[in-house]
Amino acid sequence: MLKMDEIQKRLLSEVAGLHDVPAGAYNLRANGKSVGRQSTSNIDIASKENGSGLEITVKDGTKKESIHIPVVLSASGLSETVYNDFHIGDDCDVLIIAGCGIDNCGKQDSEHDGIHRFRVGKNSKVKYVEKHYGSGDGMGKRILNPVTEVYMDDGSSMEMEMVQIKGVDSTERKTVAELAADCHLVVRERLMTHGVQQALSEYDVRLNGDGSGADIVSRGVARDHSYQKLDLKIVGNAACSGHTECDSIIMDEGRILALPCLEANSVEAALIHEAAIGKIAGEQLTKLMTLGLTQAEAEEQIINGFLR
Amino acid sequence: MLELKNVSFAVDGDGGEKEIVRDLSLTVDDGKFVVITGPNGGGKSTLAKLIAGIEMPSEGQILLDGEDITSLGVTERANRGIGYAFQTPVRFKGIRVFDLLKIASGQSLKLQEACDYLSEVGLCAKDYIEREVNASLSGGELKRIEIATVLARKTRLSVFDEPEAGIDLWSFQNLVRIFEKMQTETRDSSIIVISHQERILNIADEIVVLSGGRIERQGSRDDVLPKILGTDAAVDACTRLSGRG
Repeated sequence: MLKMDEIQKRLLSEVAGLHDVPAGAYNLRANGKSVGRQSTSNIDIASKENGSGLEITVKDGTKKESIHIPVVLSASGLSETVYNDFHIGDDCDVLIIAGCGIDNCGKQDSEHDGIHRFRVGKNSKVKYVEKHYGSGDGMGKRILNPVTEVYMDDGSSMEMEMVQIKGVDSTERKTVAELAADCHLVVRERLMTHGVQQALSEYDVRLNGDGSGADIVSRGVARDHSYQKLDLKIVGNAACSGHTECDSIIMDEGRILALPCLEANSVEAALIHEAAIGKIAGEQLTKLMTLGLTQAEAEEQIINGFLR
Repeated sequence: MLELKNVSFAVDGDGGEKEIVRDLSLTVDDGKFVVITGPNGGGKSTLAKLIAGIEMPSEGQILLDGEDITSLGVTERANRGIGYAFQTPVRFKGIRVFDLLKIASGQSLKLQEACDYLSEVGLCAKDYIEREVNASLSGGELKRIEIATVLARKTRLSVFDEPEAGIDLWSFQNLVRIFEKMQTETRDSSIIVISHQERILNIADEIVVLSGGRIERQGSRDDVLPKILGTDAAVDACTRLSGRG
């Protein structure tokens, strides 16, 4: 097993579902250092020359392989910015599991800013899962500011699952994507904020090629005194189709600003946006209470379902 | 046994307070199948909500097996064995049919058991068990799932608010069979159904006619049915709802 302490192992389990060394290619980063790495015959993971991050190269035609690159921080006062570049060849089908867990029991802020850049080759298929999680009861904040850039070549598709459910005090996430002809991007984002947390999520998706399409759905729950700003923009520059949706539940004194945004620069672009913010519907609570749940249990079930 | 003693329910309206249910007293004995019928706006759905604890009476008492449950909320009444099927079922984003049935059963429900409940309400279990209870389901599908959630609870007193509404293609025989099975499986369990449907009135042990918030008529099916089938209100409602009007 890797040289990691119990807290780091717990974080790793939360963000990547890992209890041990994963199968396939991986790089595990703990408190600013790589603590384990494995390349495979098709997937090469190498450090950048300046040490600022990873160069991950996936050979053409690589199918049904996975790459795990989770990051865990358990030291207070640690701040890092990491640049990871993914070069996915043509005709690939890969699963990439990233994510960051921070445990901060100290007084100083801990911050991880991961900048992930993807170049997806022709007709390749990528599933990208990114989970963020924070724990620890120190005064120091847990801060995550991820940037995801996606450049998709003809006929490729990407599915992104971005989840941040618990414990991150401040996050500013920015996702940009550029799609060539016949590319498809699906994003499912789940955000829950509590306490006085702040989460800002910004998407800028450009549909540049004919036949391209994007479906961006963000679901958020803002509890206590937390705040979320969701800024989802799709730009249609060709004969394309795009859908963006912000669907949010506010509770307690939570606040949400939802800004679904569309720009059509081609008469053939078909773009739709939707946004809804509201508290949990009273009749949903009532229904679950007629099944024997307390109001608090009913709320939990509704939120768990909503953020599934 | 459920007892309602001098129950009234009033709401604030434009012209002051309006009584929806007025000084109503009713007893539902164990093992009985009671159908509450009457004209629209007569207070039927409100009465069902008063029994489930969704609405609280402005006056009067509600007793379950002698225990005063008037001040108890929805959850507490549910845990004492009262089930309630909504007239208009609620939709949930992300909650699956299986999740809802698991919550309803109150215990670890096996997949096969959940499927059995769906089959009972005429849904092909494998097509529905993983579906979300959201807007992708039709009104009729939701209505059947709603009934399945009440079945999964195995309650001793179940209240159904117009269970047949919106179920166009499902045979009434199926619904009738479900009610019979519920009463066989849970001993001494009572069922209260709000309905205008003659075929449901036909299987009642007792019929209560509610009009203007009061009980207009009450008694055994044989006593009440011939009298109300002759009235304009019942004929109108029956023909309209059975699609013959």
